[in-house]
Formats: sequence, C-alpha cells, structure tokens
Amino acid sequence: MSVPTRPGGTAPPLPPLPLPRSPGGGGRQGRSPKKKRVNESISTWRLTDRIGYVLMWAAGLLLCAIGIGILAYMAFKGVQYLRPQLLLSSPTADVDQSSSGGFLDPLLGTILITLIGIVIATPIAIGAATWIVEYGRPTWLARLIDSGIEIIAGTPDIVIALFGLVLFQQSIFGWMSFTAAGGAVFGRSFLTAGAMMSLIALPMVFAATREGLQSIPLHIREASYALGKTKAATIRRVLLPSVKANISTGAALGMGRIAGDTAIIVVLLGASLTLDPEGNVPGLDVLKGTGSTLTSYVYNNSPAGEGNAPQKAYAAAFVLLLIVLALNFAVDLIARSGAKNGLETSRLGAR
Amino acid sequence: MIDPHENTARPARTTEEPANGTMPPPIRRITLDSQPSVALPPSQDAVAIANTGDRSLAAAGRPTRGVAGPERMTISDLSVYYGDNHAVKHVSLPIRQGEVLALIGPSGCGKTTLLRTLNRLTELTGTARREGLITLDGTDIDSLEVTEHRRRVSMVFQQPNPFPMSVFDNVAYALREQGAKRPKKKVLEPYVVDALQRAGLYDEVASNLDHPALRLSGGQQQRLCIARALAARPEVLLMDEPCSALDPKSTNVIEELIVELRKELAIVIVTHNLQQAYRVGDHVAFMYLGDLVEYGPTDDLFDNPKAARTRDYIGGAFG
Repeated sequence: MSVPTRPGGTAPPLPPLPLPRSPGGGGRQGRSPKKKRVNESISTWRLTDRIGYVLMWAAGLLLCAIGIGILAYMAFKGVQYLRPQLLLSSPTADVDQSSSGGFLDPLLGTILITLIGIVIATPIAIGAATWIVEYGRPTWLARLIDSGIEIIAGTPDIVIALFGLVLFQQSIFGWMSFTAAGGAVFGRSFLTAGAMMSLIALPMVFAATREGLQSIPLHIREASYALGKTKAATIRRVLLPSVKANISTGAALGMGRIAGDTAIIVVLLGASLTLDPEGNVPGLDVLKGTGSTLTSYVYNNSPAGEGNAPQKAYAAAFVLLLIVLALNFAVDLIARSGAKNGLETSRLGAR
Repeated sequence: MIDPHENTARPARTTEEPANGTMPPPIRRITLDSQPSVALPPSQDAVAIANTGDRSLAAAGRPTRGVAGPERMTISDLSVYYGDNHAVKHVSLPIRQGEVLALIGPSGCGKTTLLRTLNRLTELTGTARREGLITLDGTDIDSLEVTEHRRRVSMVFQQPNPFPMSVFDNVAYALREQGAKRPKKKVLEPYVVDALQRAGLYDEVASNLDHPALRLSGGQQQRLCIARALAARPEVLLMDEPCSALDPKSTNVIEELIVELRKELAIVIVTHNLQQAYRVGDHVAFMYLGDLVEYGPTDDLFDNPKAARTRDYIGGAFG
C-alpha cells in the first residue's frame, strides 16, 4: 500500500511544488499547466443537435418578440388615446364619443374585484396547502382535496361564472346582491363576482404555498419540535413565515389572473357601466351593487361590444396591461427581496 | 496539496470473523475528518506525542475529564423498532450531569435513533415503536407532557438548521411560550443575550442581532442552534454529530464549548469521529448493530477496550 507521506521529518520543509493534484497520475502529467478555456463550438456537433440548438434559440426569441410586440402595439395605441381625463371620469352611455366619459368606474371595479377575490382566496388556499403538507391524513382525503383544487384550476371561467350565478341566485345568498320585491335574487354583484373570482386565484396561491412548504426540509421542523414546540406553533412561527415570499408570489399571480378575467365579470357583475350601489349600508352598498371592470369595459367598447369606441378600448386595455405587468413585476421583486433576506425557501432547501 | 484521504493512517485490515457475530462487520476504511496532526488512533496519542514532540499535541495532552454529578436520565432496557427492524436492542445507560456521554459506532448502529428517542423525536416516525423505560429525574418520560419534556431535553442536529428569521428571533423562539401572551422583545433580550453568551456566539453577533440567521457562517449557525437549544435552560443537551458539517476550526470551537457546558448540563453526543469522542467524552458507549457493546470511562475504553469488536472499531478495522 503506497501511503504518500509528507516531505521527510528531519529535512527542511520544501516550498510547495506547483504540481497538478495527482503527481503520479500518469497521463495528466504531459499537459501544459497553462490551461486555456476554449469555448465549445457547435460546429463539432451532430447535425440534429445543431438544428435543435438553433430551434431552441428561435423559440426563445419568438416568445420575446411576441411579448414585446403585444406590449409595443398596446403602448402605441394606448398612449395615443390615453388622456388623464379618461382615468378620472365616469363612463356614460352616449353615442357621441367625446361625451361618453372615461373609465374611472371600471378601474375602481377592477381594483375592488381583485381585492375581494384575493382576500377570500388567500386564507383558504394557505389553509388547504398547510393541511395537505403538514397533516395530509387520511391520505384519501388529501388526494381528494388535491384533485378538487385541480378541477377548480381546470374549469373554464365561464363555467365557474354560470355555476356562481345559479348558486348566488338562491335565496340564502340574498344578502349578497339585489333582491327584488318578490324575493327573486339577482345574483349579480361585486360580492358574488369576487367570491367566484377567488376560485380563479385559489389554485395559484395553493400551489405556491404548497411548493414552498414542501421545500422546507424535515430537519427544520424537527428542530422546532426538539425545542418543545407544538406542531401549531411550528407552523405558525416557523413554516408559514418562511413561505411568505411564496404566498406573496402566488397571490400576485392570482391577482393578475383576476384582473384579466372577463367571463365572470360579464355574467356575475352585471354590465352596468358605472358603480351602481345597492341598499343603504355605506360600504356594503357598493359591494352589493353592480358595476364593471376594465375587462368588461374593453369588451363593451371594442367593435364587438355595444359601445364601439375602439380608442377608449385601447386606452383601457393599455391600463389593464400595465396593472397586470405591475403585478408580475411585483412577483419578481418579492422573490428577489426574499432571497436578499435569506428567507427564500430554496436557500433552506439547499442544504 | 495534501489529500486528506491519503494522509490518514491506514491500519492493517483484520478480516477475521467477529467472535460471536454471524454477520461480518462491513469492511470500510475510516476516514477521519479532522486535522492530519491527530489522525492516529486515539490510544496511540501518547506515543505520537512522544515520537513527534509536536507542541500542539503535547499541549493538548490527555483531556481533563468532567466530574460526574447526579444522574439526570436513566435508560433501562430500551428497544426501538422501525417496523420489523430492531434498531436499538435492550440498551441501558445512565446520563449524568457534569459529564459528556459520547455514543460511537459505525453508521446505522442505532446511535442517532437512541438519541432521538431520548428527546421523543422518534415518535414522529410513524413506524417507530419503543419498549423499555426512560426516566428524567426519576419520572417516566412518557408521563411528561411531550413539549415540556423536549424543553428539558433539548437537541442540536447534524446540520446547522437555524430558522429563516433573525438571530435574535431564533433564540427568542425557544423562549416564547405558546400561550396567548407573548413576552415583549425587551423582556426577552437579557435571556437571549445570555444564551448567546453561553454558546460563545454573542461577541460575534452582538451588533447585528437583527440580521438573518442564514447569513452566518456554518460554524456560527451551529453555535446559534446550540444557543437556541440552551435558551430554554434544558437539563440534558443531545447533540447529533454536531460538527460533521463543519470545518476543523469551527469544530474546535464547538468542542471547547461542549467541555465548558458540561459543568451545568448533562450532554449526550453522537459522533463518528473517534478523536472527538476521545476529546470531549467522559464516558463512551460503543454501539454496534443496535447493541450496546461496551460502556465505560473514555480513557478505559480507548486504552483497554474489553470487547473484541470495540478493539477492532477503535483500531480502525471497520467503521
């Protein structure tokens, strides 16, 4: 057995030699110590690999071009017609475009419906995700919940909207929308639309939270139990705080989806152009009432809709695009600040 | 330039069958993950000192041993099963205040399982079953509320695993009760500082207690975990290979800390590193395939191992 020893005990210590790692390594010895890194050239690749490589580049560039194209076109059209006045005035039904007003109400409607939707969706999604990851017993129930959320995620929004209309026209939900004198429930209001909108955002928050929790290694939980903490304390004080960034990401993505949804608005929010309060409780009256959002406004004012004011549709669409882009940008920002604080779960998982 | 694997002492392999075992021990070279200067079997340390005249070794000499205090925990006839796997077989051990009990043995011999059973963490594994009695200060640990028991018998893990919060919050988390009223930061501060001081970390983090704990170095993180474990003032501290993920310098710091802490605590440490067991252990228990093969004072066990398997393991025949 050849055990390499250090230079002899009695001899004066030699300066370290600039040898490669394994001096007896045979073939490696002849190599020049100055090893230059050469960029790999694809000319040595097989033809199919080269074609694949080029196609991958092309796919990436194509997506970039489409994204930039949409944005540039909308910006061009939108900025052209966007006036501050449009943002500050309510729409009115008028044949004359100069007096049909702006889209203040749809803008407020979009913000309101997004907030209602996300406020309902987030706690339910967090609760469900936490239960699945941290408890998940019995297994059949966990699987059932999992597929339930998958079904919600896969259901077309128009189906969700129609289901919501049927549901909220039941008399027990009368408090959520306009109820006629005869007891017939209208079923259309910010509350009912927001409730159904939460189903659009819920799968996204759920998936983000679950992914975050699953990426926390077991030993973090054990460390908390070993300090004499209960499971509840561990979840509340350790696990959920460390997936804050994931939850925010999911919520921001979900908000983007809500802001961009049209079918639920058209079916469940009624199609009144302005905010149309219902009842006389301040605050609740707006929620109970009908209104519109940017998406329905764009639809109405597009050549396909009743309003047919394409300039205003472009301007509103541009504002909507900016809102969604801002939300996506917020996602990036959250993820990055999470990494900066060392709170990102992937850093935990890296060990 | 020196490959640590090449530099470790390679004792001659003995391939003889163990005296009573039907299964031959797994033949694997021990790689000692410490400085090359002490990479000799511990029983030959004295010889090494005499031969080389190395100052650092001579200065270290034979470590001073702790003074055994009252018995805090007693394990009697403990068996742990994972399903059909009998992981720990009829082990009885005392755990005394004022000394360090080192558990050594090859991988998969039940050391860590035994340690986790003391903290009742094995209960989290669905298939685990336990037989035998463990007492803490004379009380059966099953009759204690599990969270209270774990506060009294705290644990430090192999991987430094601080929570993703600030340094302060990491330690404060151990102190905060789960009750309705959470103590304010002002109230907790002296306790947190005290725990950090006991873990020898306070001077390094004093100015940035609010920084995220994951920004600390590996050795600092592990000392933070020790501080966290100490914050609740446990009676027994369990350490599961606390240095295996650390560099030699951090290892040294933590070993000194262990020796310091044993004055007030009972410490049980699981280690793969025989030198470490020799340096910090006051009593050593050698486990093999779930059996407790030998238990005794460190110097006795390393100098005159009674069982053949202990001798082989310490001599490096298998690991």
